[in-house]
Amino acid sequence: MSLYDKFLDGSVIALSRIISHIENLRPGYQELLSRLYRRTNGIYRIGLTGPPGAGKSSLVNLLAGQLADDGRRVAVICVDPSSPFTGGAFLGDRIRMQDIPVDKGVFIRSMGSRGSTGGLAAATSNVTVALDAFGFDTLIIETVGVGQMELDIIDACDTVVVTLVPESGDAIQALKAGLMEIADVFAVNKSDRAGAEQMLYDLKSALEMRTEKSKWEVPVIATQALHKKNTEELLRLILEHKSFLETSGQLSHIRGLQLQKKVETVITRLVFRDISSNILSDGVLEKAVDKIMKGEEDPYSAGMRLYKRFKLGS
Amino acid sequence: MADKIRVLLAKPGLDGHDRGIKVIAAAFRDAGFEVIYTGLRQTPEQIVTAAIQEDVDAVGVSILSGAHMILFPAILELLKKEGGEDILLFGGGIISKEDMVDLKKAGVAKLYTPGATTTEIVDWLKSAVKDKKSDEKIL
Amino acid sequence: MFDKAFLEKLAEYKKKWEDEAKEIPQNSRSRFMTISSDDVEILYGPESVDMSNYMDKIGFPGEFPYTRGVHKTMYRSKMWTMRQFSGMGSPKQTNERYHYLLKQGTNGLSVAFDLPTLMGYDSDSDRSLGEVGKCGVAVDTLADMETIFDGIDTSKISTSMTINAPASILLAMYIALSEKKGVPSNKLTGTLQNDILKEYIAQKEWIYPPEPSIRLITDMMQFCSDHVPGWNTISISGYHIREAGATAAQELAFTLADGFQYVESAIAAGQDVDVFAKRLSFFFNAHQDFFEEIAKYRAARRIWAKRMRYKYNAKKERSWLLRFHTQTAGCSLTAQQPENNLMRTAFQALSGVLGGTQSLHTNSMDETLALPSEKAVLLALRTQQIIMQETGVTNTIDPLAGSYFVEHMTDKIEAAAEAYFDEIERRGGVLQCIEEGYFQRELAKSAYRYQKEIENGERIIVGVNEYVMEEDIDIPVLRIDETVADNQVASLNKIKETRDNDKTKRTLEELTECAKGNGNTMKAILDCVRVYATEGEIVDAMRPVFGEYTEPPMF
Ligand SMILES: Nc1nc2c(ncn2[C@@H]2O[C@H](COP(=O)(O)OP(=O)(O)OP(=O)(O)O)[C@@H](O)[C@H]2O)c(=O)[nH]1
Ligand SMILES: [Mg+2]
Repeated sequence: MSLYDKFLDGSVIALSRIISHIENLRPGYQELLSRLYRRTNGIYRIGLTGPPGAGKSSLVNLLAGQLADDGRRVAVICVDPSSPFTGGAFLGDRIRMQDIPVDKGVFIRSMGSRGSTGGLAAATSNVTVALDAFGFDTLIIETVGVGQMELDIIDACDTVVVTLVPESGDAIQALKAGLMEIADVFAVNKSDRAGAEQMLYDLKSALEMRTEKSKWEVPVIATQALHKKNTEELLRLILEHKSFLETSGQLSHIRGLQLQKKVETVITRLVFRDISSNILSDGVLEKAVDKIMKGEEDPYSAGMRLYKRFKLGS
Repeated sequence: MADKIRVLLAKPGLDGHDRGIKVIAAAFRDAGFEVIYTGLRQTPEQIVTAAIQEDVDAVGVSILSGAHMILFPAILELLKKEGGEDILLFGGGIISKEDMVDLKKAGVAKLYTPGATTTEIVDWLKSAVKDKKSDEKIL
Repeated sequence: MFDKAFLEKLAEYKKKWEDEAKEIPQNSRSRFMTISSDDVEILYGPESVDMSNYMDKIGFPGEFPYTRGVHKTMYRSKMWTMRQFSGMGSPKQTNERYHYLLKQGTNGLSVAFDLPTLMGYDSDSDRSLGEVGKCGVAVDTLADMETIFDGIDTSKISTSMTINAPASILLAMYIALSEKKGVPSNKLTGTLQNDILKEYIAQKEWIYPPEPSIRLITDMMQFCSDHVPGWNTISISGYHIREAGATAAQELAFTLADGFQYVESAIAAGQDVDVFAKRLSFFFNAHQDFFEEIAKYRAARRIWAKRMRYKYNAKKERSWLLRFHTQTAGCSLTAQQPENNLMRTAFQALSGVLGGTQSLHTNSMDETLALPSEKAVLLALRTQQIIMQETGVTNTIDPLAGSYFVEHMTDKIEAAAEAYFDEIERRGGVLQCIEEGYFQRELAKSAYRYQKEIENGERIIVGVNEYVMEEDIDIPVLRIDETVADNQVASLNKIKETRDNDKTKRTLEELTECAKGNGNTMKAILDCVRVYATEGEIVDAMRPVFGEYTEPPMF
C-alpha cells in the first residue's frame, strides 16, 4: 500500500508523512499535490496573526476546541520562526494547545518558517491542500508572530483575525504595520489588563476613519484567552465573516485571487528550479563573480548573459 | 537538500526538572533541527499524538522521577499502535544498567545517563536518522 | 577611605605592575571567570572599591544596611541551624520518624510531601500513578495530617512544610488538626515555603496562573497576621532558580524581585508591611564559586534592607532584615567520582557560613543517583560541624569584609541585580515577566551557556571533563513498591465513604463562591479541610474560577 493509499484510507500518520513530503519538496511532491488538490472540498481557513505573546496560541487553543465541539473537523497549523543561521527552529506553540481535544481528531502541525519572511512557511498553503483533501473542513493558521509585516496570511486564509493586546500601543501603530488592511476581525486579547478600553476605542476610531469602505464592517472584540472570556463571541464573529464571504460572493473572489497567485508561484518555482539546476550549477556563478571582481564584467550584464544562455538552452 | 531533522522533546511524569531537556532543545536547534517542545507533565498519549501529527524522526523524553519503567514502554506501545514504530525513542534519566538492558530490548533506541554531552546526543541523532531510510512508496 | 593623591599614585603604579605581569606567561585558559561566566580581574586593590560611604554601604553587623550580618553578635550568640530535610513513605511511617526525632531532642520537624500532594492531585488521580509516597509523604485529607502528627503536641514544636501551590490547604490542615487537639492557632509556629513565583520560574510545581496564586498567598498572609502570628508565611527561594541554571546574579535578582512582588501585593491588599514583613524569609543556593557566593549573600541583605526601608516604608528594623536558609548546590554534584561531591559540598557550606546564613542544609555526596545513604547523610552533617567547631571561621563576624575582591564583587553583584530590577520593571513587572517567559528564558540561556562551556573545555569539572577515570557508575535498581500507594488510596476511599458528603459538597461550593468574590480564601479552605474535603477537591473547587497555568513556550 502506498502512502497515498493509506492517506485515502484515513491514516493520520500517512497524512502527517505526506505533509513532510510537501514541506521538504521531496521528488514528486507536485504530482502528489495535484492529486490531492482534486480531492479538496474548499476547507474554511481562519488565520491568526499579531505581535509575539499576544495570545494567539491560547486563542487557537480555545477556538479549535469550540469548533470541534460543534462537530467540525478541525486542523491547526502553527508557524514559528526558523533561525536564519542554523536553520533550526523551536516550535513551541503546541504547549499552549493542551486543551484541544485530540480525541476529537483535531490535528495540529507545527512548521518552521524556513527562510520565509511573510509570517508563514513557503509550504503552508500547500499543506492546507493536504489537510483539505484529508477531510478537514476548518483550518486555523497561526503566523510566526514576530511583529513584522506578516502578510502571507492573506493569501492563505479566508478570515484573518488580528490579535492585539492593550500594551500593543496606539492603534496608529497597528495601522502603520498594515494590520488594518488585513484584519477581518480584531481581537484585543488580555483585556483583563489596563488599557484595554483605550485600545478598543482607538481601534474603532481608526476603523471608522478608513476611507476605503467595504461591505464588511470589521468588528473589534475584547477577549481574555486566559480566562476563556468572550472567545465564543470571537468565534461567532469569525463565522459571521464566513457567511458574509459566502453570501456576498467575496469568497470566490478571494479564492480566485489566491489561485492566481498560486499558479504564479508554481511557475516561478519551476522556473527557479530550472535556473538553479541549469545555470547556477558547476561554478558558473563563481566564475561570473570572478570576472566581475576583475573588472571584466558588471553584475547586470553577467545576469543578462546567463539568463540568455538559459533561455537558449531550454 | 536533505530533509530537516524533526524531534519532539517532552517531559512525562510530575517532576519539573526541565533544565536538562531545555539545554538539549537549545543544542538541537543550534544543530539545525526543528524541535517541537511540548513541555511538562505530558502523558504518553499526548506525547505519541504529537509525535504522529508532527511526523518527527525522533522523540526524546527526560524522566527523573523514577517512573521510566512505566513510561518508556507505554510510549513505545502507543507509537506502535499508531503506526509510528519507526520513530526513534530516546531519553535521559537516572536509569540502572539492568533497566537499561530491558528498555533497549523493548525498543528504546538510546538512553543517556547524567554526564552525557549535547554534542554526543546531536551526533547520535544525526547518524541514527540517516540510517533510518524509508522506502515507502508515495503514490 | 584613601585620599585622592594616594589613589592616583596607586593607579600609576598598578599600570606599571600590570605591564610587567602581562609579560609573564599565564595559564592557557582563555578566560578567567566565575561560575556565572563573569570575568574576574587578576588583582583587586583599593581602587576597586568605593569605601567613601562605608557606614551606608557596609556598616556594622545587626545595623542597617546589614551587609555584615543580621545580628549584632552573629554566630557568637546563635549558631546557624543545621537543618537536614528528609522524609518519605506513608503518614504512619512519617509519624513514627517524628516521634523518633523528637526523642532525640529535635524541636523542629520538617515535612516533605510527595509530588502529587505538591501539585494538588489526590493519590487516586491518574496523574499520581507511580508517584504516591515517593519523594515525600502523601496527604489527601485532614485525616492524613492527623496521622502524621498523632501524639505530637503542636504547641511545642515548630513545623516546616516544603509546599507551594497548595500551601494554604496544608497549613489549613495543620491548623485544623491542632484545633482538634485543643491547640489554638495563635500558639502554632512554623514555616511554609509557599513561594509560588519561583515555581513558575524554576521548579514548575504550579496549579493556577500567577495572579490568583498571589491572591491565595496574600489571603493567607492576612489570615496569619490575624490568627497565626507565629507562622513564617513565605520562604522566598532562590535555591531552585539557581538549580534551574541561573547565574549568581540572576538567582539574587529574581529571588529578591519575587520578594518585592509579595510585599507589593500584600501592601496593595491593604496589609501593614511592618506586620507581615517580619514573617518573610529567604532560601538561597550555595554554589561552587566561593567568593561570588559570599558576595551574593552580602549584597542580598543590603538590597533588601534598603528597599524595605526606603521603597516600602517599613518602619520597624525587623522588617528590613533578610534572614536566610542555605542549601548547597545539588546541581553541582556529579555522578562521576561521587566522593568528590563531599569536597564540593564542604566549600559551598563554608561560603554560606562566611556569608552569614541563619541555617544550612548540606547535600549528601551520593544524592545524584539515588536517595542518600545513611553514611553520606552523616558525613554531610559532619561537614557542617567541622566548619562550626574546627575551622575558626565563626570566631569573628563577616571575616571577608574589607577584602578588595569581596567588596568589589558585592558591589558588582548588587549592581547586576539592580540592572535586572530595572529590566523587570521595564517589562511590566514580575508577573508579566513570568507570563512572557522572560525569567525562564534567561535561565535556559545561562544553563545552555554553562553546558557549552563544559563541552568546549572552557570550564573544567573534575571527574567530568578532566581527571576522568574509567569507572562504573553504579545506578541502583529502583524498586517500585506500590503498597504505600494502595494503602493511601484505600484510606482515602474510606474517608470519602464516612464523611458527611453533603456537607463537604456544600463547603466546597462555598469555597468556589469565595474564590469568585473577594472573601478570604484561607478561611474558606479551612472550612473545607475541617469537613475532610480532599486536597484535590479543594484545588478543583477553585480551578474553574482561577484557571490553570500552562508554561510559556521558551525562546
Ligand atoms: N492576562 C492575560 N494573559 C493572557 C491572556 N491570553 C493569553 N495570555 C497569556 O499570554 C502569554 C502568551 O500567550 P500565547 O498564547 O503563547 O501567545 P502567542 O501570541 O501565541 O505567542 P507567540 O506564538 O510566542 O507569538 C501566555 O502566558 C498566556 O497565558 C489573557 O486574556 N489575559
Ligand atoms: Mg503562539
